[in-house]
Amino acid sequence: MYVVIVGGGKVGLNLARELLRSNHEVTLVDQDRATYLRLEQELEHVVQYGDGTELWVLERAGIGRADLVVAVTGDDEDNILICQVAKEKYLCERIIARCNNPRNLQHFRLLNILPAVSATDLILNLIEHEVPGHGLVHLLDLPDEQLEIIEVEVTPGAPAEGRRVDEIELPDGSLIISVLPSGGGGFVPKPDTVVNAGDEVLVVLDPGLEDTITSQFSGNGAHG
Amino acid sequence: MLVLIVGAGRVGSAVARSALAAGHEVSVLDDDPLSHERLDAGMDSTWEEAGGRFTVGTALEIEALIAAGIEEADVFIASTNGDNTNLTIAQVAQKRFDVDRVIVRVMDPARSDWYREQGLNTICPTKHAIEMFNASLGLTA
Repeated sequence: MYVVIVGGGKVGLNLARELLRSNHEVTLVDQDRATYLRLEQELEHVVQYGDGTELWVLERAGIGRADLVVAVTGDDEDNILICQVAKEKYLCERIIARCNNPRNLQHFRLLNILPAVSATDLILNLIEHEVPGHGLVHLLDLPDEQLEIIEVEVTPGAPAEGRRVDEIELPDGSLIISVLPSGGGGFVPKPDTVVNAGDEVLVVLDPGLEDTITSQFSGNGAHG
Repeated sequence: MLVLIVGAGRVGSAVARSALAAGHEVSVLDDDPLSHERLDAGMDSTWEEAGGRFTVGTALEIEALIAAGIEEADVFIASTNGDNTNLTIAQVAQKRFDVDRVIVRVMDPARSDWYREQGLNTICPTKHAIEMFNASLGLTA
């Protein structure tokens, strides 16, 4: 695989190292002369000096034959532009963009620069996952496929507590794919599997159904 | 007609004043409050007294664009000092806010040409400078 990485900060450098270690071909582009010289000491001909938002710099880096373009500079507008021309001008099939400011994620989505990876959001997701009692964790979002996977903890008194999987009232467009008992271990449930308080339940669903689903598992008896 | 100008440097502020003088409603967004002084410079009254609007904010922030009136804008001019910022916000204006006329300043001729092919109304001052240098040297392109 040939990968062009724009931005030679910690993320770009370590990506380049790892990809080279797995025998991929890599070009790393950075526009800061001092950074370039430092990177070149270690990675030699793999590193190129230039502004990766300039088309001739991307062409010199061989973007035309890249299997993957990764834009990980510190500027979101630069990452958006690099990925946009990679996709639309150079017809690169796969791109990955770094989103430095989560508030800019909407711009990446608007221009279909996806996946856009936001370190802040990744850490927030981890915090969500670690904070006990927080009802719902997004495990996976596939906006293009209109699909999400969430994890909810069953609270005592919730409508679903003590019920069989086939008796739980879930809206169309959702499905329980796993029940993780509080004692450990996880399994694919059968229709007669009983869900208990403290269990964690994984549900695949159409976006927008989260509230209806959480009310079943952590509704605190609001529904009876 | 409401003209929203993002980036009030030499170019943006001059265009803002011309548009205001021509009787248009003009709103300016810039992240540097000092840019406001550039709008006032050489005028008899302040920018606001003359009827202009000024918002301090970052171009990529949706809230700032909305505060500056992007939802009502008929014309959107992206003239910050960053080509990639201009190209991004111009597409936001076009695709998200359906602004009728979007004009974007791009210093790099190559990016200007390609995005023009994609349907953005780009203006490239660098190209004009090259043409003028060439002309004064008696060269033809």
